[in-house]
Amino acid sequence: MKNYISRKVEVMKPSGIRAFFDLVLGMKDVVSLGVGEPDFVTPWEIREAGISSLEQGYTSYTSNKGLMKLRMAVSQYLKKTYGLDYSPEEEILITVGVSEGVDLALRAVMEPHDKIIVPSPSYVSYGPMTELAGGVPVYVDTRKDNFKLTPRNLERHIDAKTKGIIFNYPSNPSGVSYTRKELKSLAGVFLRHKLLVFSDEIYCDLTYDFDHTPLASLGKIKDYVIYLNGFSKSYAMTGWRVGYACGPKEIINAMTKIHQYTIMCVSITSQMAACEGLHVGAKSVEEMKREYKRRREFVVSELNRIGLSCHKPQGAFYAFPSIKSTGMHCLDFSKRLLAEERVAVVPGTAFGDELTEYIRISYASSFEKLKEALRRIDVFVKKRKEK
Amino acid sequence: MDEILEILEKDARVTPEEIAKMTRKKPAEIKKAIAKYEKEGIILKYKAVINRELVREKDSEVRAIIEVNLTPQKDQGFDKVAERIYSFPEVYSCYLVSGTYDLLVFVRGRDLHSVARFISEKLSPMENVRGVVTHFLLKKYKEDGVMLKQKEEDKRIAISY
Repeated sequence: MKNYISRKVEVMKPSGIRAFFDLVLGMKDVVSLGVGEPDFVTPWEIREAGISSLEQGYTSYTSNKGLMKLRMAVSQYLKKTYGLDYSPEEEILITVGVSEGVDLALRAVMEPHDKIIVPSPSYVSYGPMTELAGGVPVYVDTRKDNFKLTPRNLERHIDAKTKGIIFNYPSNPSGVSYTRKELKSLAGVFLRHKLLVFSDEIYCDLTYDFDHTPLASLGKIKDYVIYLNGFSKSYAMTGWRVGYACGPKEIINAMTKIHQYTIMCVSITSQMAACEGLHVGAKSVEEMKREYKRRREFVVSELNRIGLSCHKPQGAFYAFPSIKSTGMHCLDFSKRLLAEERVAVVPGTAFGDELTEYIRISYASSFEKLKEALRRIDVFVKKRKEK
Repeated sequence: MDEILEILEKDARVTPEEIAKMTRKKPAEIKKAIAKYEKEGIILKYKAVINRELVREKDSEVRAIIEVNLTPQKDQGFDKVAERIYSFPEVYSCYLVSGTYDLLVFVRGRDLHSVARFISEKLSPMENVRGVVTHFLLKKYKEDGVMLKQKEEDKRIAISY
């Protein structure tokens, strides 16, 4: 058959990771540390709100930008939590998760061959989304700074074609986050070069060692920030697919244009449930954070004991240890660990080509499962060292 | 509440060493704190939560909730007579409440007969008991914050970004 596939899509990385994922999904009795979502179901109040909206017959389209009541709730929440001002009429758009938000923002501003900075390791879709939008991702290797983007390292990668940066903190997969002070010095560089910042702060509620500071709350930089957040991680609503984008009204308007022609609107059931999430949220978020923090301490201390050296992540629910001591490539490590000990992890190269010596471990699993998985990893690593 | 208590309340089998790792403290410190809680009676005991609905054996049990109206005693209010009631081994929970009755008493026995006998022979005839209303438990759905149903399997896909 004639090849109908667009060149742009054909060259997109499928990589060995997909095959590895299929291997995991086809296997039984696996203890998985590979899951990128919270380990509990959406709180009942929120599910109940979804059900009740269906019972009342809320099954229609909503306004393209999203239900006014949800945009107002988001606006109030941001004001109350961070002192951020975003008008529900003009500066907030409800999206299908942060993923759609990033895609819309990139497409709304991109001219062919514009460069977009992507600190590496990065969430898997930033690069491909940039390419699909016609831009060029410029990956910044952050290994020598414990996966933290520094102003110096950033500065070195900026040139006249650089349009913006996709900035994710706390980070999936490294768990790295930034203090207010660190953000201020980065914001200085962003401003000096007038970079647009696509700020993916979906893990904001899971920040352990200091308070999360939204980049947009740091004064003048707000005019350059597209603040992206959602309900997946804080309210365990991954499958509902609801997020929001906030930013300067010109950009939100441009994003809304694309959104209205491609998506139309987010499912009304999900929007109704999300309203309830903001209404009841805070308490369970605090409890969840304490629980994850304990798991973090346990997992990091165990990994280091086992000999997989691991810096302490400041947020999200991922640890990103080095497997250098085993001398193995991450894909090989992950495949053998799966085959021999039935533990699933995600190979580092999923998040950047240079990350052959790392794996991502998710601690969004019960303490018992984590304990068992780490015991098995210990056995696996010891076997390697005996050889 | 102290984090050690929060951890143990969820799972009493977590070891002091594990708690130490979770909280970045020394195991000795954790052991000391737990011993103190035990001594002070803050930690009363450790037990398993058993779903008796699934235990199909001869030793099945019947539970009842009894609303009890009391005549308070001079100088002692309800405490003394409550003590007489809750000291019976059949009583596993007992609360003084506001509303149309005074004591809410949870009792259990081997069968309907033994619970009925406790009520008619022990509880009702007591001097200060003015009346009782008994509700036999038909089915338990949730107890002490635990939903009594089979563990649901993880519905998440095993690996995702």
